[in-house]
Amino acid sequence: MSGHLNGLRAVFLREFHGYFATPLAYVFIVIFLFTTGAFAFYIGNFFDAGRADLAVFFSFHPWLYLFFMPAIAMRLWAEEQKTGTLEILMTLPMGLMSAVLGKFLAAWLFAAIALGLTFPIWITVNVLGDPDNGVIVASYIGSFLMAGGYLAIGACLSAATSNQVIAFVTGVFVAFIFTVSGSALVLEFAAVVLPQTMVTTIAGMSFTTHFQAIMSGVIDLRDLVFFITLIAAWLGLNAILVDLKRVG
Amino acid sequence: MIELNGLVKRFGSLTAVDGISLHVEKGEVLGFLGPNGAGKSTTMKMATGYLTPSEGSVRVCGHDMASAPLEARAAIGYLPEGAPAYGEMTPHQFLIFNARARGFRGDQRKSAVATAVSRTQLTKVLDQPIQTLSKGFQRRVGLAAAILHNPPVLIMDEPTDGLDPNQKFAVRRLIASMAKEKAIIISTHILEEVDAVCTRAVIIDNGKVVADGTPAQLMARSRYHNAVIVEIGNAHAEDAASVLRTLAGVDRVSEAREAASRRFTLFPTDASELLIENISTLVREKQWDVRGLYAEEVRMDEVFRTLTTSDATAAEGDQA
Repeated sequence: MSGHLNGLRAVFLREFHGYFATPLAYVFIVIFLFTTGAFAFYIGNFFDAGRADLAVFFSFHPWLYLFFMPAIAMRLWAEEQKTGTLEILMTLPMGLMSAVLGKFLAAWLFAAIALGLTFPIWITVNVLGDPDNGVIVASYIGSFLMAGGYLAIGACLSAATSNQVIAFVTGVFVAFIFTVSGSALVLEFAAVVLPQTMVTTIAGMSFTTHFQAIMSGVIDLRDLVFFITLIAAWLGLNAILVDLKRVG
Repeated sequence: MIELNGLVKRFGSLTAVDGISLHVEKGEVLGFLGPNGAGKSTTMKMATGYLTPSEGSVRVCGHDMASAPLEARAAIGYLPEGAPAYGEMTPHQFLIFNARARGFRGDQRKSAVATAVSRTQLTKVLDQPIQTLSKGFQRRVGLAAAILHNPPVLIMDEPTDGLDPNQKFAVRRLIASMAKEKAIIISTHILEEVDAVCTRAVIIDNGKVVADGTPAQLMARSRYHNAVIVEIGNAHAEDAASVLRTLAGVDRVSEAREAASRRFTLFPTDASELLIENISTLVREKQWDVRGLYAEEVRMDEVFRTLTTSDATAAEGDQA
């Protein structure tokens, strides 16, 4: 067991420091903060809404994560395959899940730091008005879980290719499907061509729907289970894809 | 220490490794030879647990690679082909990562890293990103990671490839210094290397072992082994040609014409007999105009070419 934890810890620390070893982390954080702010203030008319809450700010998160999370995740496995370091990683005495989890958790912590650095907007609404901070905390937790979902998709697709650009593009594509699957447009179209149970399933897979449910201030067990199951499923698939490389 | 039993690896319809069995014991340095695509790297990848064999098994220090992969991998130090490493890390960070993953903590980790660094002479470049280092240093970083945990089994895929002569010498000396207490497998293209560091040489071709023995035993398989070259001035060349061809103990004679002389290469019927003594007595008796008389140097690459059919055209061309 300790072998697994040693491996997980080593991979986690390596990956996490890896983000900060290049300017990538800083560029990413600055652009992320700028974009979340710009969306909330200009497109979402944060001030004009006249409400002391962060609903507008959070409502853009699925659309921002759609691009930002695949960008964080794309290098996780693709780079290892390209440079041949996968051979080192896979011959170290650690289980496959240690490596998969270590990488994912490093990416997730990095995303959490970027998300956490949006705290000035939280302070701002508290200065300007009297928001329901419970709802805001729930929204932050929901946003963090959703980021994990996007990252798990991105990590898995990164394992499918040695090309980071392909990992990014396919990551965005799959993330897009999970983002829009709950929208009226998609569901109305699906209702025409698919049976009702399928439509309900598609609607149930939507990140946006589950995130909006959490944003209402109630962390429902079903939404939690949804994100955690989804992360587990994509990471499981990620592990299978990596393990298939042993077959050659 | 490490046993490969009937390893087979198929990639689709291609059989890259076709039934390789090898046992390497402590104190042995096995040189793994073969043309490109013979299956050297694939065999090593199976031995280290990176690839799963289609058939066969690997045991490392008693641990089966399939049923106890973590224990088996823990006993191996591996330098993959091309010495890949995380380019943005420094050698120090990279070694710390390896040590951490192998369960070293605190002072134990520090001393393991320090020992590996000093044995591979990395001190000077310890804090420079690996991607900025020269090929020689990058190879040494990979070597340091492979020996970090003082593994009983060391597997290195072309450890001296791309190094300059001094670096090659240093790596060979390092391998030699570890040879007594470990089972070592190295693959190489460089045949002189086998002579320099290996106690045993295995030649593989088309995924099969075609020769397995000490370097000296392999040399003896050369048709140049104990062959003699005699160079005779044109005046006596015709005479010599007819005498040499019918000489007892000579299997075959090949000739090459020079401006003023003819060079005969005499292949012995029985390679263990020293043909050169007979020839030198003969030429003295005949009083031919001898321009040169020497034993052919045994060439490892010649053995290699004879045994590996993938390069058969070159071997035939040489006989003509």
